[in-house]
Amino acid sequence: MSKRIVILGGGTGGTLTANRLYRHFHHDEVAITVIDQNGDHVYQPGLLFVPFGLAKPADIVRPRGEQLKDGISYIELAVDHVDIEQNMVVIANGTEIPYDVLIIATGSVLVPEETEGLTDAGWMEKTFTFYDLPGATALAKALDHFEGGRIVVNVVDMPIKCPVAPLEFCFLADWFFTEKGIRDKVELIYATPLDGAFTKPIASETLKGLLAEKGVELVTEFNTGEVDGVEGKLVGYDGREVPFDLAVVVPLHSGAAYVSRSPGLGDELNFVPTDPSTLQSKVSPNIFAIGDATNVPASKAGSVTHFEGEVLTENVIRFIEGHELDASYDGHANCFIETGFGKALLIDFNYETEPLTGHFPTAVGMPLLKESRLNHLGKLMFQWFYWHGLLPGRDIPGIGANMPKHGKHAASSTDTPNSDHQEELV
Amino acid sequence: MSTATYAGVPVDVNDEGFFVQPEQWTREMAVEMARADGIDPLTDQHWQVIDFMRKEYFDKGTGPTVRMLGKTSGVSVKELYLLFPKGPAKMAARIAGIPKPKGCI
Repeated sequence: MSKRIVILGGGTGGTLTANRLYRHFHHDEVAITVIDQNGDHVYQPGLLFVPFGLAKPADIVRPRGEQLKDGISYIELAVDHVDIEQNMVVIANGTEIPYDVLIIATGSVLVPEETEGLTDAGWMEKTFTFYDLPGATALAKALDHFEGGRIVVNVVDMPIKCPVAPLEFCFLADWFFTEKGIRDKVELIYATPLDGAFTKPIASETLKGLLAEKGVELVTEFNTGEVDGVEGKLVGYDGREVPFDLAVVVPLHSGAAYVSRSPGLGDELNFVPTDPSTLQSKVSPNIFAIGDATNVPASKAGSVTHFEGEVLTENVIRFIEGHELDASYDGHANCFIETGFGKALLIDFNYETEPLTGHFPTAVGMPLLKESRLNHLGKLMFQWFYWHGLLPGRDIPGIGANMPKHGKHAASSTDTPNSDHQEELV
Repeated sequence: MSTATYAGVPVDVNDEGFFVQPEQWTREMAVEMARADGIDPLTDQHWQVIDFMRKEYFDKGTGPTVRMLGKTSGVSVKELYLLFPKGPAKMAARIAGIPKPKGCI
């Protein structure tokens, strides 16, 4: 009898995993079903460009079902809950869908309502987010009409998707208002709960330097307690206030809501406790998880999901064939950081190694932690690869799931980020 | 890294005063550190937060973020700031003798 693989979520992780598994097995060996609550597959990295008129909403959305290979079943309905004991998913119309292997790929959701005042008066008028399509679209209109004043970019708390995106927003805003000829009338402020521009020391210093260079004020260790969209101010739990004319807020993130209706499936934030190396859940041996839906200590980012997909697929195959899991994910992440004026940085890191300087993927390649035109082109070209390579489940030639060490400069306490006298890791 | 002495016992701390080895911590040290930070005495609610943070650290390898504390410690975020005015994660974590919570990347 064929094995029933049910995948919750048809985003980056769900789609690429379904396609990879489908390609591996004979069609009578497994029946793969993908369930998602809506039909729009959004290329999420593209959301950053929408507010600045650099991408139109229609450019970054494609039909979800069409990204799946023929032969994969696709159900477009919300999940009501998962019954772990019965190995059963119950969907919104009450239908019970039994599984032999379940893969959780439902990502994370924005929960702006968890921050006091954020969705009250002023929401989508004076306070915005670019983390979803309606928000990014509304913000595009607001930025187009903005004639001057204070713009505050605020991260409420971690974890968030793509932790570099709010920084990229600041850099692009600097470019946008410079192009418009009103940069001198716009104050840009970045308020973060972190104690620096980023979590990892070397990248944090580089990014802090870039913020300063572009005239963006950095407010650290700011834990937003309340957003007042009428008065125009963020109020920190410690009493500090950050006034604004326009706020771009990255709201709190949680795992999908059905996780909370599924006893034993998720943690306090609805993320699924997951083994960081094998991507098997800690909930049940036949439940796996990928991407933003997990609680693994990696960035919630498409590249992480992509690299995880390779390992996850291998381990699901091993599980189905009765072998011990041995494929191991190292936390590899790879992010282009758009810095405006046609340039970008590139960072590449994993659980153990922080983002370093050097080149990627080898000593001859794209520069790491350094602005370049090449990185910007890489970022733009990636959108094509996303639809035509990543989602269909193809590997990038020369770039595997594990982080390459060759080409990176070793970090030591005496090195400065831009030192030319660093040794390569390998 | 340097050494600080609390309750008469030398312990390893980092540049910001966070414990490097949480095993070196004792309750007497917490009382002394809190007093130096202007919290005197430590109430039951303070201890509830401190004990919770240590448990989270030993269970998960990192201390909880402000949001996790608010959701799971039994004390709301606003109350947490009243208890530890310089910030619950940073101030409470230091007094609880655990490394500074990482916040995910």
